[in-house]
Amino acid sequence: MSKYIIKRILIAIPVLIGITIIDYAIMCMAGSPLEMLQGPRVSEAAVETKKIALGLDKPFYIQYFVWLGQLLQGNLGYSIKSYQSVSEMIGSHIGPTLLLMGVSLVVSLLIAVPAGIYSAIHQYEKGDYAVVTFSFLGSSIPGFFLSLLLIYIFTVKLGWLPSSGMTTLGTEGGFGDVLKHMIMPVIVLAASMAGSNIRYIRSAVLEILQQDYLRTARAKGIGHFKVINKHALRNALVPIVTVIGMEIPVLFGGAVIIEQVFSWPGLGLMTMSAITSRDYPVIMGVCLLSAVVVLIANLVTDILYALVDPTIQLD
Amino acid sequence: MEKRKDIANESYVQTVFRRFRHHHLAMISLIVVILLGGAALLAPVIAPYQPDEIVGTFSGAPSREFWLGTDQIGRDVFSRLLYAMRISLLVGIMATLISTVAGVVLGLIAGYFGGVADMLIMRFTDMVMSFPYILLVLVAAAIFKPGLWNIILILGFVDWPGIARLVRGNVLNLRETNFIKGNIVAGMPLRHILFSEILPNTVAPILVYATSVLALSMLDEAALSFLGLGVQPPTASLGNMLNGAQSLTVLTKQPWLWIPAGVLIVVLVMAINFIGDALRDAVDPNSGR
Repeated sequence: MSKYIIKRILIAIPVLIGITIIDYAIMCMAGSPLEMLQGPRVSEAAVETKKIALGLDKPFYIQYFVWLGQLLQGNLGYSIKSYQSVSEMIGSHIGPTLLLMGVSLVVSLLIAVPAGIYSAIHQYEKGDYAVVTFSFLGSSIPGFFLSLLLIYIFTVKLGWLPSSGMTTLGTEGGFGDVLKHMIMPVIVLAASMAGSNIRYIRSAVLEILQQDYLRTARAKGIGHFKVINKHALRNALVPIVTVIGMEIPVLFGGAVIIEQVFSWPGLGLMTMSAITSRDYPVIMGVCLLSAVVVLIANLVTDILYALVDPTIQLD
Repeated sequence: MEKRKDIANESYVQTVFRRFRHHHLAMISLIVVILLGGAALLAPVIAPYQPDEIVGTFSGAPSREFWLGTDQIGRDVFSRLLYAMRISLLVGIMATLISTVAGVVLGLIAGYFGGVADMLIMRFTDMVMSFPYILLVLVAAAIFKPGLWNIILILGFVDWPGIARLVRGNVLNLRETNFIKGNIVAGMPLRHILFSEILPNTVAPILVYATSVLALSMLDEAALSFLGLGVQPPTASLGNMLNGAQSLTVLTKQPWLWIPAGVLIVVLVMAINFIGDALRDAVDPNSGR
């Protein structure tokens, strides 16, 4: 087991290095930070001094290693706009995003797992068609459009739910208030995830239902309920683990747009404002962070996979 | 009984179509896509007004003259919707084409030659896939100036890894089959083996995957344009027509400005997804139906 984990980490390292290179290349393509300085009141000599001070006169690969060296010390650079350190900015915005992502993931699983299993057991019945159609709707509706519809119904028409922020302005917030603000963004994120997950779990369970060991279990005459619960569901754990692993990158991306629509004060909102103001160090920091999270998520999925399904060969 | 032909003698395409027709939702979806696609294609003929022409009052409600009302600067929403569908379909189809071609070529190379080429291509695939998709698109859209062709290129670039993996897997399986081994032993030229023997045998899964890429890239175009990083006005796209709904007046008082465009996206994407799903069942050699 530990040999397998070490091997997987060793494979992930070159990918991570590649990602830092792409990251750095994008930052360079975006233009030199000195372009911001140039203007009628800044002399050529001043720009030249600044260039040497920032190390921009050195060749590309040396600059990359300098950047990488700082990165390894945890220094992601400073925001062009607010002069704050990027790692501090990420630190202060990551909480709300993790909260939103975690709750959405749990809600989507609570919908998708029972719905997918129900749909597989009742294949080609009315209930199955209803679930599958709903899941297609969930994965076909753009998140921002669903958000607008929800805001239109629940905020504008009914006035039940707040449409922006995480707490009501001017109040302490508190659990109930945050919960109220979270309902709509969670519905939107969970709906799109549940949409694709239902179909994935459904087809995985369908496959399990056709296995020989289930036929044996049925032949033993232990009853439909026991067959499904004891033999089928335990094996359905494998696809469910895969689904969770697949969702992490989707969540990270989806949060950017949803946070923007609902002004949720998280990483996504910060990233969007960095993108519109072309604050490259911040954008790169977020890209790097998310790539690391995705790689770790993949690694954890593979390890969980091996734990859940003892028949998987590790090497 | 004349119509009931001998199933044993039908071609592969006929089999696929026969199975596809069983899927009623997919048949309806196909008709919806053809109708909407036709309307988009014939936009210059159907549209009552020029899409960029100011023809009525500001933000006029739907009336007999303007079926879906007019927008904030007095352009006809119905006409703009037709042209928007054109742009959104164009972006989706072009992005899908680019990513499919790139994915197929890289997948073929990685799967057939193996070794260093395989290693390099697959690691590169891993890297592209490790970036959260939307984030990559947003960053790229911010760095390269937003615009129609940049959006197509960006979406085309982020969608290929899935296809490359799929093709590579199929090629690896096919290489071990006797008919490919026979070709190699017979000394057939490489180009013949790759494009005339291997590729046709993996077209079906590629086609199925491409429909989901089409649906995804249309959703992404909509999201990007909604955020103002995609297709730029005055050109209308389904996404940027929803952009106006970020203002509270439009959202609350003028639903005709944003609901039709949103509904059109949902209908188109859902229809494409249904078609893809039915195709998946139809091309699957193991499906009994």
